[in-house]
Amino acid sequence: MAAIGLVLGGILGWAAIKLRVQDDPLVEKIDAILPQTQCGQCGFAGCKPYAEAIAKGEADINLCPPGGAEGVKNLAELLGVDAKPLGEGVEPKPKSVAVIDENTCIGCTLCIQACPVDAIVGAAKQLHVIVAAQCTGCELCLPPCPVDCIGMQVIKEDVVTWKWRYPIHMMKRAA
Amino acid sequence: MSRKLYTFNGGVHPDGHKAMSNGTPIRAMTLLPRYIVPLRQHIGTPARPLVAAGDTVLRGQTIGAADGYVSTAVHAPTSGRVVAVEPRAVPHPSGMFDLAVVIESDGADRAIEFQPLDWRNLDPSALRNRVRDMGLAGLGGAVFPSYIKLNPGGQKIHTLILNGAECEPWITCDDRLMRERAPELVRGIEIMRHALGSETVLIGIEDNKPEAIAALRAAAPAGMEVIAVPTRYPGGGGKQLTYSLTGVETPAGGRSTDVGIQVFNVGTAYSLYRAVELGEPMISRVATITGHVAQPGNFEVRVGTPLSDLVAAAGGALAGASGELIGGPMMGFDLRDSDAPVTKAVNCLIVKNPRLFPAKPIELPCIRCGACAQACPADLQPFEMYWYSRAKDFGRAQSYNLFDCIECGCCSYVCPSHIPLVDYFRFSKSEIWEREREKRSADQARVRHEFKVFRLEREKQDKAEKFAKAAEKSRESAASNAVTPADPDAEKKKAILQAALDRAQKTKETVTPKNTENLTSGVQKEIDAIEARRAKVEEKTESHE
Amino acid sequence: MIGSPYTLGGNSTSTIMLKVMLALVPGILAHAWYFGPGIWISLLVCSVFALGFEAFMLLMRGRPLKHALSDNSALLTAWLLALSLPTLAPWWLYAIGMLFAIVVAKQFYGGLGQNLFNPAMIGYAALIVSFPVNMTQWAAPVDLADHALTLLDAFDVVFAGQGSISPDAYTSATVLDTWKTQARLNTPVASILSQPMFGWAGGRGMETVAAMYLLGGLYLFWSRLITWHIPLAFLVGVAASAGLLHLIDPTQHAGPLLHLFSGGVMLGAFFIATDPVTAASTPRGKLIYAGLAGILTAIIRAFGGYPDGVAFAVLLMNICVPFIDTYTQPRVFGHGAGPKKAGKA
Repeated sequence: MAAIGLVLGGILGWAAIKLRVQDDPLVEKIDAILPQTQCGQCGFAGCKPYAEAIAKGEADINLCPPGGAEGVKNLAELLGVDAKPLGEGVEPKPKSVAVIDENTCIGCTLCIQACPVDAIVGAAKQLHVIVAAQCTGCELCLPPCPVDCIGMQVIKEDVVTWKWRYPIHMMKRAA
Repeated sequence: MSRKLYTFNGGVHPDGHKAMSNGTPIRAMTLLPRYIVPLRQHIGTPARPLVAAGDTVLRGQTIGAADGYVSTAVHAPTSGRVVAVEPRAVPHPSGMFDLAVVIESDGADRAIEFQPLDWRNLDPSALRNRVRDMGLAGLGGAVFPSYIKLNPGGQKIHTLILNGAECEPWITCDDRLMRERAPELVRGIEIMRHALGSETVLIGIEDNKPEAIAALRAAAPAGMEVIAVPTRYPGGGGKQLTYSLTGVETPAGGRSTDVGIQVFNVGTAYSLYRAVELGEPMISRVATITGHVAQPGNFEVRVGTPLSDLVAAAGGALAGASGELIGGPMMGFDLRDSDAPVTKAVNCLIVKNPRLFPAKPIELPCIRCGACAQACPADLQPFEMYWYSRAKDFGRAQSYNLFDCIECGCCSYVCPSHIPLVDYFRFSKSEIWEREREKRSADQARVRHEFKVFRLEREKQDKAEKFAKAAEKSRESAASNAVTPADPDAEKKKAILQAALDRAQKTKETVTPKNTENLTSGVQKEIDAIEARRAKVEEKTESHE
Repeated sequence: MIGSPYTLGGNSTSTIMLKVMLALVPGILAHAWYFGPGIWISLLVCSVFALGFEAFMLLMRGRPLKHALSDNSALLTAWLLALSLPTLAPWWLYAIGMLFAIVVAKQFYGGLGQNLFNPAMIGYAALIVSFPVNMTQWAAPVDLADHALTLLDAFDVVFAGQGSISPDAYTSATVLDTWKTQARLNTPVASILSQPMFGWAGGRGMETVAAMYLLGGLYLFWSRLITWHIPLAFLVGVAASAGLLHLIDPTQHAGPLLHLFSGGVMLGAFFIATDPVTAASTPRGKLIYAGLAGILTAIIRAFGGYPDGVAFAVLLMNICVPFIDTYTQPRVFGHGAGPKKAGKA
């Protein structure tokens, strides 16, 4: 019995060392729920740092406005805690993309440096353009622009992204 | 009949109402003053517009080119002048606008020169490119670009199935087409068979269309089998018809080509004949107009015909009409805007009245009676999917194989509690699709962000290395010089930036219109207030830095 | 916004419930024929209390009355419970039964479609554990009773208590009860069966009522309101296990025919176990659910403390339904039917 115990213990110990997960899987899982806008509205320098902070228990789960109520719900489910409303002053905005006004851009490259996902192309003294498909709508390019030439444009629903609505419940309204 | 037929599960027998529109021949429509041709008439990427407002076009001229792989061309339905390329109402359940070419006809209806194709001596890939440029898309409802379906790829397509089942109630356009144009239709099938190299050709028609069956039997050469299948909705669903005729189930999430079978609508075969043998692009289709109109029937309709004109051509809606349906009553949708035009996908327009289409009864609680499961042709358990869709638990809904739902509507049709089950499934599917899109863009953003972080790190390291090297050098060469000069690089950058700023200020002044002059005091006050707020925000951002 | 389909098949919950009630009518008529007019009173009393409790609970829950009351589901529950209870019981027995059926089993769970347990059987179970004596005083067949009650007499018995007539004059035990007590006393089988209360298959009168339920059940099957799975599996479950026990010890266990045509088996097989809300819903699940319920019924009858086992068997299987359904999902069209992948044998 003792020998079996020793052997099994040994195997377990060996497995623990051999199979140790390098990256914290919890951080990865939290990061997978976060919307990856990298906007920093949570107060951290991006989604991954926020995920790390949540994993360590240093940050609350309701600080991410782009993730919205559903993001909080998913985080709560993952972490086995109660969902809560978004924190104070944290309000989700409609999904938007940044657009550069071609007439005023001076080609200073400050927005390019600020963009967390390299969605702005251009070179010094040349007009910069934002690749809409890659823009996360983080608004980080807005403050650095010295000439205020970047605006946010709400993404409108089109024929492709249009969604079927939730069927109305007649039961509750009738009577 | 020698062929064994297989019976799919479920299905329903709604009233056909087909006699209302299938008794009269296909009629032509008079030339209209205006056509609206949407650029997105097929599944996939919309066509890229080739014309602009002011251009003149001829009938059959390409006005939108196939853009990308899953795409097909769009053509002018008549000769005239392009008056606009702009978003217009389209036949879509959302009632939304989509990019369309608006053509004002000149009345001459002049056509480009149509070039017939000697398809028998043509390389299949050349044939396919031609089909793409002719704008062919499946006319059965899914409007998938036909040229892709004519490509067998690496697979052997042993069986070609022609879908003439037309199982949706009310619709009779395929019925009339088969009755009246069987020989041409068969020639289209020959082209398909040539492109795919299929040995077996099966034409499946529901047995409520004996005239069409007889006409095709008379026209079909040896090697094409016309098979009557029992009338049961949705017997004309691609997967159901394939199963009825061959006993082969199309694998879930796959295509029938995975099992060596390709399915085309009979209307597509006819259009293919016109496109290849006559060289005429797809600028018209046969569509049914029925319901509460004076003269229901079928019309050869040019693509782009406003639906209100189609109703007028059928003698107009009768008194008491209560809206219009696009497609059949089982899978169609409400027309939100009768300015929307006929597209390649529009096979039927039904004018409703309250007697034919009474208001929907109130939704009652599900009693799990299982009628929906018995009616489901995909063998799903709709009431379970409903339960989770209603609770917005999309993961669980998906685990009950939500995406195998073909949205045929049988479950809603039989539900004794009048639950709009399909609406719940469409809702769940759209939500899941949106989450997929969001997930994809989040993943993309994560990768790009991680790369940016990595790049910055690498640049920093490079710089540090360079700096270390330079420092070493300067220490060696000028050890005596103790005063560290201000970073000349930074100074220079600052100067350049300031110059650019000044320039921008100037351009802003010259370029932007001077809206801010000669203002009323109220507006000026408002502007001042905004400026003050902005200054505050700037202060804040600065203090952050 | 509600989309397609724009045409409906014309089914409705209230018609389904009505048809099920219609299918009960032959059984009810046979009951009235053999056991006197008491059944009309119990049906009426149960119906009134069912609707009353339903309306009250809907009001308390703030739900619209009209649609929920007109779906006939409460009425059907009332009839099923009335047919499961002895007739000529005091009115409050029916009231308490309906209280448990409608208020506790149905509305506490969220109303129609939400209940986990069969409401009528909850009502029955609550009564049999609370008032075992009342629950064994069944109306005797008219031709065996010392005193045949008129409708007015029956009214008197139900509402005013037993009054001048002794209950012994018009009630008797059921055949299952009789068999159980006498077989335990080792009475020879032949002498048990020779008692006048035993008929050609089950209890005198009750066997015909059961046959009428069978007839009504066949109508339900023919009009596609139920599938064959649950009734067949339930009856086979009862008959097979009762038959097996009978083979093992015929002096203690009655034969399968007696079991099929006595007590609540026919009613249970076609009308109670088939309640869609609380039954398994997949074809294989229905077979498992009803088969096990049938076996449980026979076991409870043979070894349990209560004469009949249908209610407890159904309730026990109700508990297992979510589990059964989860593991018996049918194959979806196109799944596991793909082309054989190269490399795989």
